[in-house]
Amino acid sequence: MGLLDTILGRTKPAKADLDDLFALPGAAVTLEAGQGLKPTGTGSVCVKPAEGQGFAGLREQIDQLLAADNDKYTETKDAFGFSWITRHGDPSDIQDLVGDLHTVNASLEDAGFGPALLCTLVTFSDGGPPVGLVYLYKRGTWYPFVPTGKDQRDNSRELQLKATIGSDLKIEPDLSRWFPVWGAPGL
Amino acid sequence: MSPRSRFASDRGLVARMTFTMFLIGLLYVAVVAALIAYHVSIGAILVIAAVMLFVQYYFSDKMALYGMGGRIVTPEEAPELHGIVDRLCALADMPKPKVAIADTDIPNAFATGRNPSNAVVCATTGIMRRLNAEELEGVLSHELSHVAHRDVAVMTFASFLGMVAGLITRFAFYSGMFGGGYGRRDDRDNNGAAMVAVIMLVSVLVYVISFLLTRALSRYRELSADRSGALLTGRPSALASALQKVTGDMARIPTRDLRAAEPFNAFFFTPALANGFSISSLFSTHPSLEKRLEQLAKLSNQLGQPVA
Repeated sequence: MGLLDTILGRTKPAKADLDDLFALPGAAVTLEAGQGLKPTGTGSVCVKPAEGQGFAGLREQIDQLLAADNDKYTETKDAFGFSWITRHGDPSDIQDLVGDLHTVNASLEDAGFGPALLCTLVTFSDGGPPVGLVYLYKRGTWYPFVPTGKDQRDNSRELQLKATIGSDLKIEPDLSRWFPVWGAPGL
Repeated sequence: MSPRSRFASDRGLVARMTFTMFLIGLLYVAVVAALIAYHVSIGAILVIAAVMLFVQYYFSDKMALYGMGGRIVTPEEAPELHGIVDRLCALADMPKPKVAIADTDIPNAFATGRNPSNAVVCATTGIMRRLNAEELEGVLSHELSHVAHRDVAVMTFASFLGMVAGLITRFAFYSGMFGGGYGRRDDRDNNGAAMVAVIMLVSVLVYVISFLLTRALSRYRELSADRSGALLTGRPSALASALQKVTGDMARIPTRDLRAAEPFNAFFFTPALANGFSISSLFSTHPSLEKRLEQLAKLSNQLGQPVA
C-alpha cells in the first residue's frame, strides 16, 4: 500500500498469497517425527462471504465442485459469519489435501474474492485433542493453534510447535496476529 | 494473471478529495508568502500551534479514550469484539489495534491513534447492544479504515493553519483591546491599531476558509472509510443498516448526553449533534446519511454482478 493511497484514503483490499501453502507436507513430516502429530486428513478454507449475486453464483460453482467429489467437502458457518469449506480425506495423503485446498482457494481468487479469504486450517493429532496449523493468506505465514477448552488455548504448546516447524514453514512473527479460531471445523 | 477486484474505483471521490487538499495546501502557501512579504513575525504563535497540535496528535488515543470514558479490554473480557477485530485485521493485513469499550448508551464507535501500531478502536456498550454481529463488523471495519488511512495525522495536518489563524485572531483581539489603553496616542499608535485590525481581519478570513476546507476534507474521508470498510467485509448493506439504526437512535437520545459527547465528533462513526441534523451540510464533519447510503447501495450493486 503506497503513501499516496493512504493519503487519498483509497486503501486497496489486501491480496491473498497462496504460495506457502505448498510447504505444508514438509512440515507434516517434521511434526510427526518431532511431536508425534499426524495429519487428521481434515483441512478447511475460511472465507468471508460477500453479499449479492456475484458471490452466490460462485458458491453454486463451488457447491458443484464439492458435490462432484463424493461428499469429501462440507460447508459450515461460524458465529462471526465466516464460511468454512472443510475437506475430509485420507489422513495419509497430505499432498492430496493441500492440492484440494488449493483448488478451492484458487477458484475463489479467480472470481475476484481473494481479499475475502481469511485463513486455511489444517488439523493434526497424536491421538489426543487435535491441534491446528493456520495459514494466513494476507501474510503468507503460518501459526499453530492449540485449543484446550471453551475460549482457552495452550500458548506454551503453541510455542513448542512453532519451534518444531520453524524451519519448514514461514511462521507469523507478530504474536498478536495469532488470533484464535474457536469452534473451527476439525478442532 | 492478477486477481480481479469486485469493485470499480471511485475516481470522483478521489478527485474531490485531492482538490480539497490542494486548496488547503494553496492556503498554506498563500499565508506563508504573505507573512514573508509583509515581514510579519508570528514565530511564537506558529510554535505554540505546532506544539498544541503535536500533543493532540501524539496522545490522540489516550485523550479520546479518556474523554469518552473508554476502557481497554482483553480478549477474555470481550471475546466477540476481539474476534471481529482479529478477523478484520487478518483480512486487511494490518496490525491489530487496542480494543476498548466505553460504558455509555450513546450508540457510537470511534478509532484514533497516531499510527496503525498505536491505534485504539472503541465501541460503546450502546452500539453493541443495538447492532447485530454483522452490522457491528461493518462499523468496526469503517473504523479500521480510518486507522489504515491515517486520518488522525491527515486531519491534524489539515487543521494546523486554521488553528494558527484562530490563535492570531485571539491574540490580535486581546492586544487590540488592551494595547490601546495606555500611553500617548500619536500617529504611530494609530498605525499600529490599524495594523492589528488588518491582521485580525485576514486571520478571521483564513480561519473561515480553512475551517470550511477541513470540514469538506473530513466528509470525504468519511465516505472513503465507508467505502474501504464495505470493500473489506464485502457487505455494504450491513454497514448501511448499521448507519440507519445508529442515526435513527442518535436523534432520539436525550440532549444532555449528546452535548457531553460533542467535542469528540470528529472521531465518531456518526456525529452526535445537539441540534439535530438541520445544521448546514457545509459545516458538518460527516456527510449526510443519504449520501453515505447512496454510496453503499452503489457498492452493493457491484457485488450483485455475476461472476464472469
